[in-house]
Amino acid sequence: MTDGNVIQTTDLHFRYDSDVVLENVNITVGPRDFVSIVGPNGGGKTTLLKLILGLLQPRHGSIRVFGLPPEKARQRVGYMPQYAQLDPHFPVSVQDVVLMGRLGIGSSIGPYRRADVDIAHRTLGEVGLAKFARRPFAALSGGQRQRVLISRALACEPDLLLLDEPTSNLDQAVQDDFYDLLRELSKRLTVILVSHDVGFVSTLVQTILCVNRTVSKHCASELSGKTISDLYGGDIAMVHHDHDHHHGHHHH
Amino acid sequence: MSEFLNAVRTLPLLQNALIMGVLASIACGVIGTYVVSRRITSIAGAVAHCVLGGLGAAKYFQVTRGWAWCHPLLGATIAAVLSAIIIGWVSLRAKQREDTVISAIWSVGMAIGVLFISQTPGYNEDLTAYLFGSILLVSSQDMWLTVALDIGILLLGLLYYNRFLAVCFDEEFARLRGIRVELYYLLLLVLTALTVVVLLKVVGIIMVIALLTLPAAVAGFFARTLFQMMVIATLIGISLTTGGLAISYSPSLPAGATTIVLAGTVYTIALATRWGMQRLRRSTGKAPVTNSPV
Repeated sequence: MTDGNVIQTTDLHFRYDSDVVLENVNITVGPRDFVSIVGPNGGGKTTLLKLILGLLQPRHGSIRVFGLPPEKARQRVGYMPQYAQLDPHFPVSVQDVVLMGRLGIGSSIGPYRRADVDIAHRTLGEVGLAKFARRPFAALSGGQRQRVLISRALACEPDLLLLDEPTSNLDQAVQDDFYDLLRELSKRLTVILVSHDVGFVSTLVQTILCVNRTVSKHCASELSGKTISDLYGGDIAMVHHDHDHHHGHHHH
Repeated sequence: MSEFLNAVRTLPLLQNALIMGVLASIACGVIGTYVVSRRITSIAGAVAHCVLGGLGAAKYFQVTRGWAWCHPLLGATIAAVLSAIIIGWVSLRAKQREDTVISAIWSVGMAIGVLFISQTPGYNEDLTAYLFGSILLVSSQDMWLTVALDIGILLLGLLYYNRFLAVCFDEEFARLRGIRVELYYLLLLVLTALTVVVLLKVVGIIMVIALLTLPAAVAGFFARTLFQMMVIATLIGISLTTGGLAISYSPSLPAGATTIVLAGTVYTIALATRWGMQRLRRSTGKAPVTNSPV
């Protein structure tokens, strides 16, 4: 799809019982946009993500992904959860994790097709883990597991890649590789990543969606200290980052 | 031990018991692996205890109405599948009430069984056989039923391996890939129910969960994939049921209980060994590689 919006919401509202989580959300995300969703914990980031995935239904308003209700667009979406949500000791090989990205494409019984295995190997190569295919997932480091989950999302051959907190628990060296990988992917896919780390995303993406009950859209370059303090309720120093120093406090 | 080996050569009952142990271990290895990694042991326990209701009812009608076809294992199978579907449905609908519902089904199922058994003339001795197992009293009918259940469990358990793996590992992702997660969850529970029926004769209702989960849990310490875990769990299961029979034979101990104590011992040793190896690795400076779902 070259024209039309990847995501469009109209007056989107969501609440759990009496707690309003999101209200009056009107956003659009276009093809090959590179977007980050930021905001404080409890501000509705995860809820917005789940609405996009069709795991939650809006109370009012509408959300369309590729012009469809989200649950009908899932085959075009690759999703990477936080690896910490998964059982760290589960006996499964790296390759088998990535192959889960090919589920729902071929037959529902029996083994995966040769073509699916090839795709899994290719996407493992893209994240630099080709040699790890036969390793147990449990034996990898946090950063490696996170990359395996990106590889799994890529194995879906998606048009939209959704990443939930891709850089939490990563050390600095791994993070830098990770940014390069995401930048590379954003050239051919629409990429949306959820992050609590405003500093890092402002150097990486074009557009930032600040989510705190309402959603406001900013160009990454214009994001100022004022917006950040509005978002987090003051008291947060905006650190300016350049390409080499994603974390102001980390190494100088 | 030589007494046991002689007996195996001459007694068909003991041969049947050994074959039954192998058949049960296969179902146990495959389904126990799913049960342990999906962490639904308590659901398996509830299903196992519910089975008594079906057993008791079937036996009651067989004796009082003269319905010869109404075999207790048929009643057990129906009760197991029915309770699995009810528990599965409730746990999908009302997650926060799951444990209450499981305990309720657990004891109500048993209570129904006890009531039927109390009203069945001349039946009370068989109750202990179902509660604690009677692997030395396996009829050829039991064997064929077990073979049939085994084939069904293996076919479904292995054909849908990729689906079950995905649902056990990351349910949310599986759902996003268009997998009907609820359907596979219910199918898994039904297969668990059928496995429980297979295990009934071997260790009895009360000890079923141990044989279903302990071999898989031990296998999980060593396995790198679910499939390896199934193979190892099956082999451990075969060793345990055979070992249980061998150890219990000469002193005339109950075979089912001996098997379970043996399983518990193996599990404890495996836990201790793993703990020791982790400490060793840590003290030699290597990162610990834990590899178990338990």
